[in-house]
Amino acid sequence: MSLLLPDAGLLFWMLLAFGVVFVVLYKYGFPIITSMIDARKQYIDEALQGAKEANAKLAHIEEECNALIDDARKKQMEILREATVAREQMMKEAREKADAETEKIIAAAKKEIEQQRIDALNAVREEAAKVAVAVAGKILRSELSSSQKQKEYIERLVDEVNDELGTTDNK
Amino acid sequence: MRFLRYIMLLLLLLPCSGAAFASPRNAGEAQTVDVKKIIFDHVKDSYEWHITTVGNKHITLPLPIILYSSRTGWELFSSSVFHETDVYNGFYISQGGSYEGKIVELDSEGNEQRPVLDISLTKTVISIFIISFVLILVVVGTARWYKKRKPTDEAPRGFVGIMEMVIIMVVESVIKPNVGSTYKRYVPFLLTVFFMILLTNLMGLLPIFPGGANVTGNISVALALALCTFLTVNIFGNKEYYKEIFWPNVPTWLKAPLPLMPIIELVGVLVKPFALTIRLFANILAGHTALLAFVSIIFVTMAVNRYIGSAMTVVSVFFTIFMNVLELLVAFIQAFVFTMLSSVFIGLSQPEHHKNGH
Repeated sequence: MSLLLPDAGLLFWMLLAFGVVFVVLYKYGFPIITSMIDARKQYIDEALQGAKEANAKLAHIEEECNALIDDARKKQMEILREATVAREQMMKEAREKADAETEKIIAAAKKEIEQQRIDALNAVREEAAKVAVAVAGKILRSELSSSQKQKEYIERLVDEVNDELGTTDNK
Repeated sequence: MRFLRYIMLLLLLLPCSGAAFASPRNAGEAQTVDVKKIIFDHVKDSYEWHITTVGNKHITLPLPIILYSSRTGWELFSSSVFHETDVYNGFYISQGGSYEGKIVELDSEGNEQRPVLDISLTKTVISIFIISFVLILVVVGTARWYKKRKPTDEAPRGFVGIMEMVIIMVVESVIKPNVGSTYKRYVPFLLTVFFMILLTNLMGLLPIFPGGANVTGNISVALALALCTFLTVNIFGNKEYYKEIFWPNVPTWLKAPLPLMPIIELVGVLVKPFALTIRLFANILAGHTALLAFVSIIFVTMAVNRYIGSAMTVVSVFFTIFMNVLELLVAFIQAFVFTMLSSVFIGLSQPEHHKNGH
C-alpha cells in the first residue's frame, strides 16, 4: 500500500522544486509572455477596427465619387442641351439678320435700278425730244417750202393764238 | 496510408526480431517473469536510477541519500553503497513489510522504523529537478523571444508559436471562464501548474533515462501540486468565500449551536485537494502500469513458448503503441483537467456578491 502513502521527503522536494519553478517563471516567464500576447491582441484588434473604419470610409468615398460623377454627367447633359439651344437660337438670329440684310440690299438694288431706269427713260425722252424737234424742224421746212403754205400756217397760228387769247379774255 | 503500411510491415517483422533476441536468453534458464515486481519497481520511487541492463551488468545512476536519524544525526551517502553491503551504518533497504523499498533502521526494540527525516534525492526527485530545469529553460527561453520584440512585430512561429498557442488556449478557455474577473492574478500559477504536469507526464512517456520515471503517478508529487492549489485557494479566498464556509446562507439551526453546515463546508474544502491528487496520480499510474503490462506480455509469453511469444509480440507492440498514443492524450488531458479544476476551485473562492441570496 506504499503506493498510496505520501512520502514526506518527496513531498518536500516537490514543493521546493515547484516553488522555485513558480517563482522563476513568475519573475521571468509567464507574465512577460501573457502581457505581450495581450498587447499584440489589442494591437490586432485595433488594427482590425482601423481597417474596418477605413473600409467604411472607402465605401463612403466611393459613394461620394459616384454621386459626383453622376452630378457631373447631369451637368454635362444640361450644358450640352443649353449649348444646343443657344446654338440654334444664334443660328436663327443670324439667319434672321442675314435675311433682313439681304432684303435691305435687294431693296436698295431695286431702288437703284428704278432710278437708273428713270434716268435712262429721261435720257431717251430728251433724245427723243431732240430728234422730234429736229424731225419737226425738217418737216416744217419741207411743209413751208411754198409761200402759200407759209401764209396759211401763219394764219392758222394767228387764229390759234387769238383763240387762246379770246379764251383768256373771256375768262 | 503509406505511413500505415510501414507500420504494418514493421509489425510483421517484429516477431522475427523478437524470436532472434529472445532465443539465446531463454535457452539458458527457464525463468518465470514476475510482472508485478517489474511494474512495481518501475512505478515506485527508488534510491537509485536503474537505466538499463546490458547482459548481466546493471547500469544505474547512484543517487545521494540524505537522512536525519535520531540515532546518528544527519547522514549523507551514495545509494551505491548498497551494492557492496546490505547494511550501511545501521541503515538498510527494507525488503518487506510496510516500509518495503524504503530505507529503514532498527530501533532499540529491534523493530524496523523510518529515520526521522528522509529527504534523499530519489529517482523521482532527480526527475523533478530535470523537469523543473527543462521547464524553466523552455518558458524563460520563450519569454526571451518576447522580450526582444514589440507587440507590433509579427507573431511567433515554430516552437514559440506552439507555446503561445497552448498558453492562449489555457488562459482563454480554462483560466478566464473558470476563475472569473480576477483571473489575471492566477495566470502565472495556473500556467506553471499546467506546464509542470504536462511536461512531467510527457517525460514519463519517454522510455529512456531523462524521462521514464513515474513522477506525476506518484501520490506525493500529485499531493504537492494539489497542496499548492489548496494554499492558493485558501490564501486568496475573499470574505464572501469564508463567510460561505463558516456562516453559510442557511437556516440558523443548521449552523448553531451545532455547526452542521460549516463542518460539511470545511470537509468540502479539505476534500478538494484530494480530488485533484487522486485524479492525477491514479490516471498516470494506471497509464504506466498498463504500458508496462503490455510490454511484459512479450516476456511472459516468451517464457511459455517461443512461438506463442513471437506471435504475442505483434499484439503487444500494437497495444503498446496504442497505449503510448493514448497516454499522450492522457498526459495532456490530465494537465488540462488539473488546471481546470484548480481554476474552478480558485473561482469558487472568489464569489461575487450574490444579488438574491442562494
